[in-house]
Amino acid sequence: MPLWLTEDECRVLRAVCDRLLPGDGTVPSASAAGVVDYIDGLLGAFLVDPPRIWAGGPVSGRWGGGEGFARFHPLSRLEELAWRIRIEGSQGLPEREFNGPVVGWQQRYREGLARLGADFCDLDGAAQDERLRAAGDFTDLVFAHCCEGMYGAPEYGGNRGGACWAAIGFPGDVQPRGWLPEEVAGP
Amino acid sequence: MTLDAVVVGSGPGGAAAADVLARAGWTIAIVEKGSDHLLDAGDPTRPADHFSNDELKFVHRCFLGPDPLVEPRTFRTGEEDGERLHVGEVNSIPSTVGGGGTHADGKVPRFREEDFCLLSTYGPIEGASVADWPVDYAELEPFYADAERAIGVAGEAGANPFAAWRSGPYPMPPGPPMYGALLSAAAAEHHGLHPYPAPTAANSVPYDGRPACNDCGFCAFFGCPIHAKGDPVALLTRTLATGNAELLADTFAARIVVRGRRATGVEVIGADGSRRTIGARTVVVAGGAVETPRLLLLSGIGGPLVGRFLMVHFQTIVVGTFTERLHAHKGRAVTHVHDDAVVVDDDARAAARAAGLPWLRGGMVEHGGAALPVVEAKLYPWGQKHPALMRSSPMRDRLWAFTMQGEDLPQITNRVDLDPSVRDARGVPVARVTYRPHRHELAASAHHRTRLVEVLRTMGSTWTSVATSPAPRGRPGRDRISPVPDSRHVMGTTRMGDDPSTSVVDRFGRVHGLDNVIVADSSVFVTSAGYGPTLTLVALAARAATALVR
Repeated sequence: MPLWLTEDECRVLRAVCDRLLPGDGTVPSASAAGVVDYIDGLLGAFLVDPPRIWAGGPVSGRWGGGEGFARFHPLSRLEELAWRIRIEGSQGLPEREFNGPVVGWQQRYREGLARLGADFCDLDGAAQDERLRAAGDFTDLVFAHCCEGMYGAPEYGGNRGGACWAAIGFPGDVQPRGWLPEEVAGP
Repeated sequence: MTLDAVVVGSGPGGAAAADVLARAGWTIAIVEKGSDHLLDAGDPTRPADHFSNDELKFVHRCFLGPDPLVEPRTFRTGEEDGERLHVGEVNSIPSTVGGGGTHADGKVPRFREEDFCLLSTYGPIEGASVADWPVDYAELEPFYADAERAIGVAGEAGANPFAAWRSGPYPMPPGPPMYGALLSAAAAEHHGLHPYPAPTAANSVPYDGRPACNDCGFCAFFGCPIHAKGDPVALLTRTLATGNAELLADTFAARIVVRGRRATGVEVIGADGSRRTIGARTVVVAGGAVETPRLLLLSGIGGPLVGRFLMVHFQTIVVGTFTERLHAHKGRAVTHVHDDAVVVDDDARAAARAAGLPWLRGGMVEHGGAALPVVEAKLYPWGQKHPALMRSSPMRDRLWAFTMQGEDLPQITNRVDLDPSVRDARGVPVARVTYRPHRHELAASAHHRTRLVEVLRTMGSTWTSVATSPAPRGRPGRDRISPVPDSRHVMGTTRMGDDPSTSVVDRFGRVHGLDNVIVADSSVFVTSAGYGPTLTLVALAARAATALVR
């Protein structure tokens, strides 16, 4: 069950993400890596408490120590305001429009996915790419989020099981182990 | 109740001043507009556990602030751009307890003797306001040495042939060298350059109750999860341990309250949005070279030069791709630097003459790599080739780069003022940056880049590219490099000098015309040198505070 997107939107977004970041046999495709969950978790960040904006610290547990990343940070008043404006938009609220209206990511996704068309999933790859190129700024936004979901920490919903890091040979967070001097200085 | 002092800002400058004041028995409050992710809320002498090796949190979701949606700045290159060219992120060093110290990879070089007397050493440059500082290296040296001991600096005395004299060794030996830096240092030496282990405020051995750095690789842009970086953790914990100091996070200094020649306190806006005034016999301002002039302007103090002579470092970034993997995710981001481009040699004089300048100076060159896969992923075009590019990694694991932190000449037209209409979420006018480089910076960049490209080729690079920040073109807020300078080394907006008609503060940071307002950050810099400003601003802040308590 998606948190904020509808099932239909998820279906289109899955196809979009896999055009932007397809797999190649070693690197998983964006949807297989959980990128749609990452984006849905971001758009629905304020549906959970504490909001899923900043994972905790100091270590993830992948290299020893506790699983601190899984405990998300509470936000200060100003931090919550910033992230609500970014995700939900200013919505005509005076406390969010001190420099004018802001369109939030939720609205951009809702409208952007609708504009790609209900038939998007039925198109061939070339036709999908054509619509994505025509969508301009929206495609740029989804691409940025896809990159974050693919190669960010798994606690945010993407990069499932660290599979994307493994595929590119990136070890990810390594505290509290760190690296030995010979690993730093050697080839 | 009236405190002895309010210190505005908890970064390296504010922490250094607070440390001296609190240890001298002054009662102080440190006011910080950002959140406290540094120190334990229950026991502020202990570290919090908020920092982590999490690229999303630190690089893509502005965990350390400021968030440009609620605390924007504005930018233009000159008055012909109209009121502004861009609203959003502009030179944002972190807005958080610990300030810029939290995110830096801890390179803390000293300036050289001549950095304090460029005018008398080399003479003026047309269109710039080159001047000597009212303090020289010899006077600052004991404060440099104290600062290195307090924050814990690892380095090797004598390794840099161009270094200023030192009264003693570094407190710690250098940490392990990075593999890529060993290769680039060898190539640089082949070209007659003099690379050396970068002086770094990250412990190479256990120091001052904090552990040795374990080279986890998440250094530049990240708070240190094990507190092996000493800047400014060490100064803040030592300050709070005196029991004389209180740290007020999420508290914004909106105005310095002034009566006649004296400040009587600071009006602040708290986390809940309420306003109150904290009474104080002295006010120390250390908000950084953008927020400090903003506060003085909001308070109507400091005179007509407040905000003028803004300097950043003009960065020349020379990158190369290699066939071999260089794994820059192992190590402290930058372990080697060289200072040859700071020196005015015969080649630099010839390049200056050819550019119609009397002299030119570059800056310290950092040897570093790339270690962030999300940043990398955003660089490649989307589509079929993306996964293969991520695996072969020409822009991360097989990349090496030189970054020259070029000297930026002071110009009266480069400035911070209050934007006429853009506000932050509290309703307070934001800082507007008006900045464009002098042709000196462009000529110095053009001169020094050539040899850096040659060094990368000798090192084995198959492809090289050069960029600068600021760049001549690019869309502010959209492109990674644009006319908005990327440098977080921001300096010079409350210039230090003996003559109130040409400066804002005196040689001890005291605002001319007021008895008890002190500036304790890089705003006071007269010239920018080609070195990161942190250690120098810490030394100056400690010196200013020492003058107060005497």
